[in-house]
Amino acid sequence: MKLVNPLAAIFHPPPTPGLLAVFGHLDAAVDAIGRLRAAGHTDFTVYSPVPRHELEDSLDQPVSPVRMFTLVGGISGCAIGAWLTLYMSYDWPVVVGGKPIGSIPPYVVIMFEMTVLFGALSTILGIGFNALFAARRLGTVAYDPRFTNDKFGIFVPSEPARAGQVESLLRGAGAEEVRRA
Amino acid sequence: MADTPPARVTYDFVTRAIARTLGNPGKGYFALLAAAVALLGVGITCLLFLLRYGLGLAGYSHPVYWAVYITCFVFWVGIAHSGTLISAILFLFRSGWRTAVYRTAEAMTVFAVMTAGLFPLIHIGRQWYFYWLIPYPNERGLWPNFKSPLIWDEFAIGTYFTVSTVFLIMGLIPDIAAVRDLATGWRKKLYAVTAVGWRGTNEQWRHYTRGYLYLAALATPLVLSVHSVVSWDFAMALVPGWHATLFAPYFVAGAIYSGVAMVITLLVPIRKLFHLEELITVHHFENLAKLCLLTGMIVSMSYCTENFTAWFGGNPHERAAFWYRAFGPFWWASWTMNICNGLLPWLLWSKKVRTSVIALFVVSIFVNIGMWFERFVIIVVSLAGEPFERFSNATYNPTWADWGIMAGSFGWFFMWFLLFVKNFPAVSISEVKEVLPAPKRGKAVAA
Repeated sequence: MKLVNPLAAIFHPPPTPGLLAVFGHLDAAVDAIGRLRAAGHTDFTVYSPVPRHELEDSLDQPVSPVRMFTLVGGISGCAIGAWLTLYMSYDWPVVVGGKPIGSIPPYVVIMFEMTVLFGALSTILGIGFNALFAARRLGTVAYDPRFTNDKFGIFVPSEPARAGQVESLLRGAGAEEVRRA
Repeated sequence: MADTPPARVTYDFVTRAIARTLGNPGKGYFALLAAAVALLGVGITCLLFLLRYGLGLAGYSHPVYWAVYITCFVFWVGIAHSGTLISAILFLFRSGWRTAVYRTAEAMTVFAVMTAGLFPLIHIGRQWYFYWLIPYPNERGLWPNFKSPLIWDEFAIGTYFTVSTVFLIMGLIPDIAAVRDLATGWRKKLYAVTAVGWRGTNEQWRHYTRGYLYLAALATPLVLSVHSVVSWDFAMALVPGWHATLFAPYFVAGAIYSGVAMVITLLVPIRKLFHLEELITVHHFENLAKLCLLTGMIVSMSYCTENFTAWFGGNPHERAAFWYRAFGPFWWASWTMNICNGLLPWLLWSKKVRTSVIALFVVSIFVNIGMWFERFVIIVVSLAGEPFERFSNATYNPTWADWGIMAGSFGWFFMWFLLFVKNFPAVSISEVKEVLPAPKRGKAVAA
């Protein structure tokens, strides 16, 4: 029996056939995104060296769910901070400075710090998970090292039969080069 | 507009200029690194003596039991603060100029907190029991006292270190990917692993930019809270000179003041060594100087307020403490602090000083000296002049072990910082590109 490496399945999803276009200009890439969306393409990948509002606007994606991770992380952190301080105070009750065993004002400091700590860590987890799930959904798509330097790119998944049509669309929008992957 | 870079600064120029800093940095760099390691060696030697012979080697004498180590702790935590100010608070304010300097500042934050964190451990005496600070179920059935500001401090510093490290690494990921795509050999392998699969896809940017915004939003109140909590280590006690509600804002302003000065101290040689004059311009230095000026003015005002309250409040102990500060045996420390922090920032009102890199470098070093002495004055001098202990005040003098460990902390900090700037992009590649005009059709690059 052949064993499957579960990590490979997560981090190296099977390759997706399609076309990779390289753009030297931002407005050309924005133009291509508009044409692709008009032609009914939805699952293409856009590469860019910097986050640009023009790309965001033309893609019109929903707001990232990372904010829920931050919110839930922050609230849990606050709750853990409250539990930590109150439980530990009542577990070994010693009167300090004539104050009640569980005094909320000094514990607010701990609750605040824990809110920030858990909020920040769960934000990181949120970014990681969401990016990973998106990559899993799209499969392994073609890439070019120039995309982290000064080129914009669009990968359009496509069956070989429809590739010619997509290629002429991309070239029409101003792609510097288009290659089949 | 001063923000507009010269036309030849394109996306490709930025990537290559910053990737070049990872190449051979030349003799000057190695000389600095050797000096840092040598200083660290001095510190480690003194620390080993301290571990062997105990805290008697430190100059403690009743009633001064918080001295150079706690001074260094507060100093280094303070240094850390401007990094988060520049990377998080200015990010929320959408300041374009921060992009060229924030990576250096953020790295400085992480290494400064790493340095600061050592001092409470050195200071506690039985250093091998440091883990007693952590609330873990133990055989004694005891828990930490959460009503103590020292425990708040532990949580604040722990959170600050974690969050600022996470923030630094987050910002580094797209840049490591950019240098990965240019590198060859073993460096390519290293950067391929550390870039965690970054390719700049729309999905990655979508989650990343949102997450970055929330991290900045969380780091902003955090940075203000951390030095407030550090100030409460003092303000919650009844010692005259410490027991003031002014302390939290006073400490936060002082922290940012010293931190911005340290950013200038670090950026001047880095810019020269790695030839980054076109990315880090005089305009950036001027903006840093303005931040320094603003916080310097707040610090000056705090000094005035503090002295005024001591006099006007009518509390004889408080008055005596401030008199002792200015004219007692430690007058030299107090006046170093007053001159470096109260008078020197006034120079920055002059545009000539703000736009001269050399002048700023000199001012920044004096600000750092002044801020170290500020902490020394607040901590040591307030304790030494404590009126409740009049019968027993011996003279306090820092010993060679104190000075050695302090010097070692500078070596430790500079060593990490120098290793960082050599091995990772010291200027943010993707964020510097963000403030450049994007390449558009028709014109090669918009000027």
